[in-house]
Amino acid sequence: MNIIETSGLGRRYGSSWALSECTLAIPEGHLVALVGPNGAGKSTLLNLVVGLTAPSVGELTVLGGVPAGSPAALDGIAFVAQDMPLYRHLSVADMLHLTRNLNRRFDTSLARRRLADLGISDKRRAGKLSGGQQAQLALTLALARHPRLLVLDEPTAPLDPLARHDFMASVLTAMADDGISVILSSHLLAELERVADYLVLISRGRVRLDGTIDELLDLHRLLTGRPDTCAEAGYSIIESVTSGAQMHRLVRLPSTDAPLPAGCESRPVGIEELTLAYLREVPAPPLAALTGVSR
Amino acid sequence: MSIDKELSEASLEDVSPLAFHLDPSSGVPTYLQLVQQVEHALRLGLLKPGDRLPKVREVVADLAINPNTVLKAYRELEQKNLASGRPGQGTFVNGSLAQATLPALTTLRRSLRVWLTDAEAAGLDEDGIVALVTSTLRDFTDRRDPDRVGSLARPSRKAGGLA
Repeated sequence: MNIIETSGLGRRYGSSWALSECTLAIPEGHLVALVGPNGAGKSTLLNLVVGLTAPSVGELTVLGGVPAGSPAALDGIAFVAQDMPLYRHLSVADMLHLTRNLNRRFDTSLARRRLADLGISDKRRAGKLSGGQQAQLALTLALARHPRLLVLDEPTAPLDPLARHDFMASVLTAMADDGISVILSSHLLAELERVADYLVLISRGRVRLDGTIDELLDLHRLLTGRPDTCAEAGYSIIESVTSGAQMHRLVRLPSTDAPLPAGCESRPVGIEELTLAYLREVPAPPLAALTGVSR
Repeated sequence: MSIDKELSEASLEDVSPLAFHLDPSSGVPTYLQLVQQVEHALRLGLLKPGDRLPKVREVVADLAINPNTVLKAYRELEQKNLASGRPGQGTFVNGSLAQATLPALTTLRRSLRVWLTDAEAAGLDEDGIVALVTSTLRDFTDRRDPDRVGSLARPSRKAGGLA
């Protein structure tokens, strides 16, 4: 079952396309990292998935074929937006009460148990909690709805490293307990290897990379050698750096079982290295794409 | 995803003797670090057949890592016949990598300590000791078994020289 499936999806604001030609089929059970530069279209995609905006073109279904934004989709998806939407003047208990009344399904005892475990008192005002506690409160309200898909838009950006670790541990434990799927936009590439097992990379409103991280790592190699002896024809060059007679080239293989190029050394790459190469990639004219961008 | 939920029923003897840790700067993929730590513990006799590996949920909560990564590590250990999953109970050690008995290991460790004291007295620091041991070990294996030269240094494509 695909937790998110899109085909030719696009969203236009005025005359500019925030997202275009987006085609994805993300299976359930993963933690999907959505990465890309600011303004690349990450939040647009997440807002479309949760039904906060409607597509300009294309199709989008969630939870195995349910149209995004439909009542069934809203019931099965929980969303924590970038700015931790809490009513700052309300107490924690009032936030629970409000969220319970605004949702068809809300597990109050789960929420109370989680908050007690975290040492967050019922009586505190949401606005007086620390950044880490506010994030945990927002996450608790989301998880108590027992979603099948949890959508997180840069939830850990304002948190210190310890609070971030605890927040991610909570998300991943929920995944282990209930088998929920998670999609998370983040700039923290160093954390990806640990927390994510599926990657979607968006740049300039287009999907540049998507798949399980294992599969993506199997598809890419870093070649080192002399430019004239390295037979990398047939591989797409993602990034190329030449210094003197030495060349480093990150390439995408045509398939995971394709032979490795002869005449140069090749080694696997890490997910952070791979992501950075794609983020740096300059959309180049065809000629430059063949010869690589020398720096 | 089938993940153990019976944490609350865990009795004291159910606690795994092993606790995982991660080295984020090592460059070794997370699942492989978990596999290697189990193998290491087996080699040193710290884990025995019948011991339970930490439950997926415990590892996830401790290290903030993806549950699928832990499942992948445990699958790999099962494929190597070092562990096996029992539905609803967890994953248990069933193989052994210990090449010597615990008393033999203790004796070896003792003589190694004596050697290390000598090495330190001769002015070697930790890096110097590691370098000397590594090169002597390579020399030793090469001489005993000339065909195997380089076989240690050639990584398979999958594991890819990350170790």
